[in-house]
Amino acid sequence: MDILYLLIPISLVLVAFIALILLWAVRNGQFEDMEGPAYRILMDDDSPVSNPEKSDDEQKKEAN
Amino acid sequence: MAVMPNAVPPSRPAAERCFHCGEAVPTGTTYPIRFADQDRPACCRGCQAVAQTIIDSGNADYYRLRTDLPKTPEAALDELKQLKLYDLPEVQQSFVKSEGDVREANLILEGIVCAACIWLNERHLRQLPGVLAADINFSTHRARVRWDNSRIELSHILQAVQEIGYLAYPFDTGRQEALFRKERETAIRRLAIAGLGMMQVMMYAIPLYMARANTMTSDVQALMRAASMLLTTPVVFYSAWPFFLGAWRDLRLRRAGMDVPVALGVGAAYAASIYATFSGGSVVYFDSVTMFVFFLLTGRFLEMNARKRSAEAAESLVKLIPAAAIRLPNWPDSREEEIAAAAKLVPGDHVLVGPGEGFPADGSVAEGESSVDESLLTGESHPVRKRHGSPIIGGAINLSSPLVVMVEKIGADTVLSGIVRLLDRALAEKPRLALAADRVAGWFVLGLLVIATTVAVYWFFVAPERALWITVSVLVVSCPCALGLATPVALTAAMGRLTRMGLLATRGHALETLARATDFVFDKTGTLTTGEFRLITTHIVRGDRETALALAASLEQGATHPVAVAIRAAAEHPGHSASQLRYLAGQGIEGVIDGHPYRLGSPAFIVAEPPPLPADLTLVGLADQAGVIAWFGLGDELRAQSAELVDSLKAMGVRLHLFSGDRSANALALAGRLGIDDARGGMLPENKLDAVKALQQTGAIVAMTGDGVNDAPVLAQAQVSIAIDQGAEAAQAAADMVLLSSELSRLADGVAIARKTQGIIQQNLAWAVLYNVAAIPAAALGYVTPWMAGIGMSLSSLLVVLNALRISRPSQKPNAGRLR
Repeated sequence: MDILYLLIPISLVLVAFIALILLWAVRNGQFEDMEGPAYRILMDDDSPVSNPEKSDDEQKKEAN
Repeated sequence: MAVMPNAVPPSRPAAERCFHCGEAVPTGTTYPIRFADQDRPACCRGCQAVAQTIIDSGNADYYRLRTDLPKTPEAALDELKQLKLYDLPEVQQSFVKSEGDVREANLILEGIVCAACIWLNERHLRQLPGVLAADINFSTHRARVRWDNSRIELSHILQAVQEIGYLAYPFDTGRQEALFRKERETAIRRLAIAGLGMMQVMMYAIPLYMARANTMTSDVQALMRAASMLLTTPVVFYSAWPFFLGAWRDLRLRRAGMDVPVALGVGAAYAASIYATFSGGSVVYFDSVTMFVFFLLTGRFLEMNARKRSAEAAESLVKLIPAAAIRLPNWPDSREEEIAAAAKLVPGDHVLVGPGEGFPADGSVAEGESSVDESLLTGESHPVRKRHGSPIIGGAINLSSPLVVMVEKIGADTVLSGIVRLLDRALAEKPRLALAADRVAGWFVLGLLVIATTVAVYWFFVAPERALWITVSVLVVSCPCALGLATPVALTAAMGRLTRMGLLATRGHALETLARATDFVFDKTGTLTTGEFRLITTHIVRGDRETALALAASLEQGATHPVAVAIRAAAEHPGHSASQLRYLAGQGIEGVIDGHPYRLGSPAFIVAEPPPLPADLTLVGLADQAGVIAWFGLGDELRAQSAELVDSLKAMGVRLHLFSGDRSANALALAGRLGIDDARGGMLPENKLDAVKALQQTGAIVAMTGDGVNDAPVLAQAQVSIAIDQGAEAAQAAADMVLLSSELSRLADGVAIARKTQGIIQQNLAWAVLYNVAAIPAAALGYVTPWMAGIGMSLSSLLVVLNALRISRPSQKPNAGRLR
């Protein structure tokens, strides 16, 4: 049972960490569109059309 | 909406259906689209161009992914010059955020019908060189675009959207929007903290519940309690803070709101648990507190979103006015153009509005002819023709060709602002039912506090260790929210739905009374009919219709009376010039055309026996020396859908009356044609007033439908009044409801929705009463733990809100509604 003395504080730290991540996500607008991603996942195709007018680094930037 | 994998029109009907928009392809036209190595037909050049752009840019998958067909694109593809407006710094400053060359703007997208549209637009925008990011919000149909201004201009981005058949224009995100976003973010943060706290506290609580006696040392137990306390504290002081604030506000105003029992429950359970933690008491309730707060916040969050959705109809109106306009300062002397911010226009200015653009203010057409989309303002789904002198409503969209418009009203005087004000008034005025529910909720909370005190005292003497949580359960389980929430949510949802249909409720009680209305009284002219004298039938004796009409129109060339105007409007080629015109008052006109004398007038005037035409038409005959050439039957034309409206109202069991100021014969003929049993003609406004009063004395609830101006006293006497109006005078109408749509049958839909709303409110109230009658005694007897009480209350509130939201969804026509 002694391990609980360590595990409980660790769990508290973890919760605090998760809370920070959540708050960051809210501030970043991750929750603004609650419907779109569900559809988007169906639409995304794996072979993006290359656009000759675009430089390579731009394509990379957009992929993110 | 279910995602159907394949919305490419199947190949057989593809022979006659447009590949892009699904409209029928006119025979004899060929606008082939190359898709998957096959030629597919398009209905027009617009569809062809749009489809080819989509396919050529590598987005042909759109046709496989889409689940709904888009609107036929308007031919507004090459109006880059108009879009250039949006590149000007003075115009951009209201809606563009810029950091050096990197700029960001919010765009409203029009024409989005399914998820594939979002996909297509996003991909298309991101392919543009210079566009750094494009994100489209699925629920709001808005795009946020970032671009490098040194490489691409905003006008090109907007044009790119047009090229694939959608309309995009920037909008000012406004203070309201920013406020709501902040509010929503705060709500999510509170919810997140409460949810995390709840889950983790439960982790500590379960071992405490499950552990058999003496398996857990008191040290570990104390540690777990301390950890729970640590996690519960932010939940109480951050997540549950709005409840404490609300309760404090209620107490200061000496009323008992719904936050009072919630705050008491949370506060008491939290305080008792802290005391138990430090004094080593037997039970802690941290798990119940966090769970309760989490459920309540979830309920409130969903309710907030629902309200927002209902209010959107009104808000979307405000954003219709474009930010900039092309002013013609020296019109009509020169067509020199200058750019002006829409807010800086003054009455008397002339502005040029190109196809695809919105009108910046109210005014009238000074030059040009075009069709205009007023659907967002009036619910009218068909484009409206506009020619010289036609009134223009600010916010409507010009569709086909450029118009010069003289600005007449700006800012707060416009129809649009009037509509928004009326909506605000209706939403601010609480209907009687909602007021009653509020009062009941107030008493309910007071009663609840008394019961809770009694329960607390009783259990304190019987079983002191259980007294606290039983009291907390009683406080928590009761759901005054269902009482207080049931009505407003249902009403907001109904109003949002009606507004989108073009039926505006301007008074809080309108919906409620409309649902109970037993008698509908109609005015004739301008209500069931269009109120304009028009040529309805022609009866040709000799020759053809065209010639006869041309002759008649030539005779009536200079006249201004209604018959002349109607005949001139009906004739396509007035052609001939008439001389020696002689006008005989009340009889007709005679004159000479090409050397032959003609007469046009009443049967007596041209000395002939008229053909049997309906009695409510005014007959005019055209004759030459050889006798009658043609008869024209002129009358006040029935509005489209009058008959449909009458039928549906009758089917709903509403009694119908027609009170007209027109001649009795006309009123009776019209009523006969429509199937209205009670028709009275020749009525002065005071006769109508008396007749309505007489109806009311027999216990009828009268809904009066009139055109809003001359029927004002009767409209005021009826329990609920509906002004039929084409938008222009809507703002002044004193009526309880205004039908902005020209589709009369919307009235019947309105009655149906009002009744449905009433039904749902009653269901909600019944549920609230039932739930509380069952739950409070159970809690008082100690069968309900605080966390169960929390779930019960939240589910009850949620049920009520979800039930109310059924109103905002159209029950039939699954494809008609927009995806939201």
